[in-house]
Amino acid sequence: MVTPSTIEEKKIWRILETVTDPEVPVLTIIDLGIVRDVKINEEQIEIIITPTYSGCPAMDMITMNIRLALLENGYKNIKVTSVLAPAWSTDWMSEAGKIKLKEYGIAPPNSKQQVCKTDLFQKEEAIQCPLCNSYHTHRISEFGSTACKSLYQCDECKEPFDYFKCH
Amino acid sequence: MNSIIIDYTLHLADTTLILAQRNAEWCGHGPVLEQDIAITNISLDLLGQSRNFYQYAAVLIGDNATEDSLAYLRKEREFKNLLLVEQANGDWAQTILRQYLFSQFQYLLFEQLQNCKNDQLAAIAAKSIKETAYHVRWSSEWVIRLGDGTEESHDRITNAVDQLWRYTGEMFEPANYETIVDVTTLKNDWLQKVTTIFNEATLSIPANAFMQTGGKDGKHTEQLGFILTELQYMQRTYPAAEW
Repeated sequence: MVTPSTIEEKKIWRILETVTDPEVPVLTIIDLGIVRDVKINEEQIEIIITPTYSGCPAMDMITMNIRLALLENGYKNIKVTSVLAPAWSTDWMSEAGKIKLKEYGIAPPNSKQQVCKTDLFQKEEAIQCPLCNSYHTHRISEFGSTACKSLYQCDECKEPFDYFKCH
Repeated sequence: MNSIIIDYTLHLADTTLILAQRNAEWCGHGPVLEQDIAITNISLDLLGQSRNFYQYAAVLIGDNATEDSLAYLRKEREFKNLLLVEQANGDWAQTILRQYLFSQFQYLLFEQLQNCKNDQLAAIAAKSIKETAYHVRWSSEWVIRLGDGTEESHDRITNAVDQLWRYTGEMFEPANYETIVDVTTLKNDWLQKVTTIFNEATLSIPANAFMQTGGKDGKHTEQLGFILTELQYMQRTYPAAEW
């Protein structure tokens, strides 16, 4: 039997699917895996989120957008809580999100984490160019335009592109 | 008990804030665009870590304390950051070495802290150590590149070792509030890792160096006052100003 609170919960998750990451607008916060829980009680709706990186400047805006999306749908008493544990990982990104990222021109994180170690001068990960699909690419910089990306260039089509790095 | 955790959290917050501020001074001045972006990305990671520590300290302190009041309205003698992180950027070699010596320490520290009994500090450490892994790797590759590079780059990083080594001893001398992780136990691991990188970089570890301490107890080098002057200027001049 479906209890009212789960119908309500489904509704809220669907609303959250309309909130996007301001820095990577093709991704919803559900795709990113940063919504960890939705708690409903009589008086209040609490959305539990977790930041991607400690210093991610988008978090304040995401919090505000969650609030706005719920307000627009008639919810009033909304609380957005940020928790740090367990720490966010790119493993939580949805498959749909990875496809959307690639279509947007950003290489999605490789599914198997390869470089989150402190070993030096590691062999570069094989990253597929999101434009021409070649694996013949090289890393320009480990740090890119936002904390979650590094910068690559394709040796085939010569286009530089962002890679959503594993974390 | 509470005041010990508050002081310790502030020490962690101040250290990451001041290094973030120092690295941010490079914004727009990096040697090449990609490295300018790298050092400011690291700055942003550290700033995020410091915000998490300040927010937790503010909860513990209560009394209307906020992350902003703790960062912007405390005086020089109240800051508990490591002396190492307040040292001037100098040239690229000094900035790189400062980052490396600190990140290598921070990695070992967070390895322990993420398993401590204080849930919030453990969560911040577990979150941050993934970022620190990137910082360690990036900065150690640069130490090797500079040390084993050209004659000039070797001279510059050797000079950086002379400038900064004296501030490393403090990391392993516990302040009275440092009870959660025993930093004395991190020293051997740290020294071993630094020695490996220095060997690779053809650099030597200074022998019998004098160690300057005091930062953890608010006794700073002349550098910190200048940093705070710039960092706190806006809130001091226009109290409670907001964006």
